[in-house]
Amino acid sequence: MSQAIELQKDETFVLNVGPQHPATHGVLRVKMTMDGEYIYNAETVLGYIHRMHEKMAENRTYPQYMPNMGRLDYLSAMAFNHGYALVVERACAIEVPERAEYIRVLTVELNRISSHLVWLGAYVLDLGGFTPLMYCFDDREQILDLLEAVTGSRLTYCYFRFGGLYNDIDDEFISGTRSFIKRMRKELKMYAKLVTGNIILMKRLKGHGMIDYDMCKRYGATGPVARGSGINYDVRKNEPYGVYDQFDFDIPVYDEGDSFARYMVRMDEIEQSLRIIEQALDKLPDGEVNPKKKPKMIKPPPGDYYAAVETARGNFGIRLVSDGTNKAYRLKLRSPTYSNMHLFDEACRGMLIADALAFMGSLDLVIPEMDR
Amino acid sequence: MSIEQKTRDALAPLFADQPPPEPPEPAGADESEKQAGPRPNGIIQQDYSARGFHLDVQIKSEQIVEAVKIMFELDYFLESITGVDWLKDDQLEVVYDFARYDFDLCRTVLRTRISRSEPSLPTITSVYTGASWHERETHDFFGIVFQGHPHLIPLLLPEDADFHPLLKDFKV
Repeated sequence: MSQAIELQKDETFVLNVGPQHPATHGVLRVKMTMDGEYIYNAETVLGYIHRMHEKMAENRTYPQYMPNMGRLDYLSAMAFNHGYALVVERACAIEVPERAEYIRVLTVELNRISSHLVWLGAYVLDLGGFTPLMYCFDDREQILDLLEAVTGSRLTYCYFRFGGLYNDIDDEFISGTRSFIKRMRKELKMYAKLVTGNIILMKRLKGHGMIDYDMCKRYGATGPVARGSGINYDVRKNEPYGVYDQFDFDIPVYDEGDSFARYMVRMDEIEQSLRIIEQALDKLPDGEVNPKKKPKMIKPPPGDYYAAVETARGNFGIRLVSDGTNKAYRLKLRSPTYSNMHLFDEACRGMLIADALAFMGSLDLVIPEMDR
Repeated sequence: MSIEQKTRDALAPLFADQPPPEPPEPAGADESEKQAGPRPNGIIQQDYSARGFHLDVQIKSEQIVEAVKIMFELDYFLESITGVDWLKDDQLEVVYDFARYDFDLCRTVLRTRISRSEPSLPTITSVYTGASWHERETHDFFGIVFQGHPHLIPLLLPEDADFHPLLKDFKV
């Protein structure tokens, strides 16, 4: 892109944001038609790291495809593991032991917190505040250490198995998680003082990047983007899967629809995830983490199957079409930021470019998950 | 009235010229159907715990905009659009997934079959703006032309891509 700015007759010009730009957090390109400082039109260009995961699913057996899940959304890989495990378990009617279900919830929620912490640090960094990033990564490091000890990886987890888990958690994990909950509650108060109450942050976020119900519905926005627009939609509550119906937690919903509402939703979600983790630790049943009769060959009966989970960014859905062999006939991955980012083109029209980038950050983009 | 029934009633006029839909079938029923070839158009009630969705609606391809409008009015949101290549039937299937924001759980699947040689379908971007990327993606992967789409250029594939990787006769 040697020629980024090009003057046109009507005095608008095209400004190329990305594909490598710090504010896009990955390889995302937005072609913006600018009228001075204001955005006249924007067109998002995807596909820079498209890897055709859906075709890979057709060439691998079901267990072989599980590691791909960690490569979709590298920040919330556990929830993607969960989605894929759910759809295959549903198709093959595999029972999951209760202990495994609880550990699934534990790890997914820990992963959700670590994902929100990366978002918080990176987002405030976008807005010009460097310090919170260091605190966020310090807290996140605790989670990564905990999960590394059980899963064997720090980021691209492949921890779930059909009907169970790779291995059981130990006492060290439990005591480590308990002390993390205590620590995180203190840290949340610190973040509230350090970041949330900051007047510069409020002025940058409040009243900017408005998204309403109608726009969410037309674009299929889910996750914190929808919940920041007053939509009480969370797959964990609307369509409980696993053992999520066993826990007492709230879904934070804000009606304002601006960037600040989405910011608050994520901050409150960290607290709610801590509540879930605490309850899961208290209720953790004994037993095996894998079914007694492990399925030897995964061959779902022919037909269509669907499963959805709530990742850190919204509704992740998997549609599996099986033809009765040991490989999927067709596997569709419905990723949350794909729909969430799509509304950016429409919502950013008329915004100042600086506000638009603050708005883009509030959508919490993970590019590999959009491009798949 | 449950939302499931409401959706069925709203979609029923689409099948007015056909014999009335069969009574709800058990989930196992369409296994034999799949082997026997494409199923007839109509509404099938699926077992949610076994399938992950409630209503499975197959319509004619020219009815798609009409059907999607009904879904929009019933306050569904569009989750995704995708395709399935049924090489042995020489057909492409286009699948539209719908879900709801409220607590009336009813996942609905709209599907339609089109010929494999000249796959084309009317766009639904006039109803759901967010269908634009989903349709572009489906065009990339299957070569399905969405007539009336305002900007049908490659989205995920390179801009000069002349192949459709999810077709079953595409060799990796």
